[in-house]
Amino acid sequence: MIYLKLFYEFFKTGLFAVGGGMATIPFLYRLSDNTGWFTHQDLANMIAVGESTPGPIGVNMATYVGFVTGTQVNGLPGALLGALSATLGLAAPAVIIILIVAALLKSFRENKYVNAAFYGLRPASTGLIGAAGLSVVMSNLFPGDVIALAAVNWKGVVLAAVLWLLTNKVKKTKSLHPIVFIGLSALVGVVFSMG
Amino acid sequence: MNMYLELFAVFAKIGVMTFGGGYAMLPILQREIVDQRGWATEEELMDYFAIGQCTPGIIAVNTATFIGQKRKGALGGIFATLGVIFPSLIIISLLAGVIEAFSHLTVVQHAFGGIRVCVCVLIFNAVLKLYKKAVVDKPTFAIFLIVLLGSYFSGLSPVFFVVCAAAAGIILKNLEGKRA
Repeated sequence: MIYLKLFYEFFKTGLFAVGGGMATIPFLYRLSDNTGWFTHQDLANMIAVGESTPGPIGVNMATYVGFVTGTQVNGLPGALLGALSATLGLAAPAVIIILIVAALLKSFRENKYVNAAFYGLRPASTGLIGAAGLSVVMSNLFPGDVIALAAVNWKGVVLAAVLWLLTNKVKKTKSLHPIVFIGLSALVGVVFSMG
Repeated sequence: MNMYLELFAVFAKIGVMTFGGGYAMLPILQREIVDQRGWATEEELMDYFAIGQCTPGIIAVNTATFIGQKRKGALGGIFATLGVIFPSLIIISLLAGVIEAFSHLTVVQHAFGGIRVCVCVLIFNAVLKLYKKAVVDKPTFAIFLIVLLGSYFSGLSPVFFVVCAAAAGIILKNLEGKRA
């Protein structure tokens, strides 16, 4: 039953993804490898859509993955049911945990074991997102099994360098919303026939 | 209006106005929850956010559950959460349908070719920002590096790394406490 599986997989993601929307990405990569429900390319597209639409990005990604996966099984009804299963699965652990934590609010924040666990969790979460990011970079900028000069997506590398400068170094553009850069990249992609 | 429905409606409104999640939500929550309705104080909101960041799950959902729970118990928490995810369900389903229908067009494929490059940079920037907060000394750098390489080169599940890292954090902090 694909809807139960979606609920279960996103429940797991919601339970173990620490630190906001981007933390769901490593789990979605693993899901793509294990199930073949969507490709790595699909996933990169979903990240862009999740970033440029209203709503928390983690929720957006879950809805998108559920929708695409459900479509393959049973058209539009499947898509809607898939979107619902994945999204509720993602939200469920947070609801359960917060309802418990709310009961013991003060002691939770001051608990030394909780603090110690997060001392280890934060860098691990960063490493996981980094590894997923590395996969995105390799599949989009350096496709092919071995890094070969001929296979390098040079247009992509140049665009990435420009975007990095705009988002980190140029004062005027640095604090703009990601949707601006996503829109700009779409335009560049069309003009220079990328992808 | 029924309080449960009001929780749903207010958080649906917050969901629509949140772009990107996490901290983008904070100013909107301040206006809707603290200033206009008095459902929580400024301090409570900051507490919810801090806890939301150090508990598993989506921060937006965590915060919605907290405020809903405070107003109307567990069921209130559930209604607020359903509210905050509702706009995403509608908007993304519409959009995913449109993208599926047009994805075979060359121009759409080129556009996404460019967009995927942007996603690389956005993830890189997010990692950099998290890195500055998470990697504070040698042990945390070691955890970061081990997880980065381990996750990239092995087929191990992220769950495995998360569980090990939490255990490592507790062990490292305990050792530190004994030495001091």
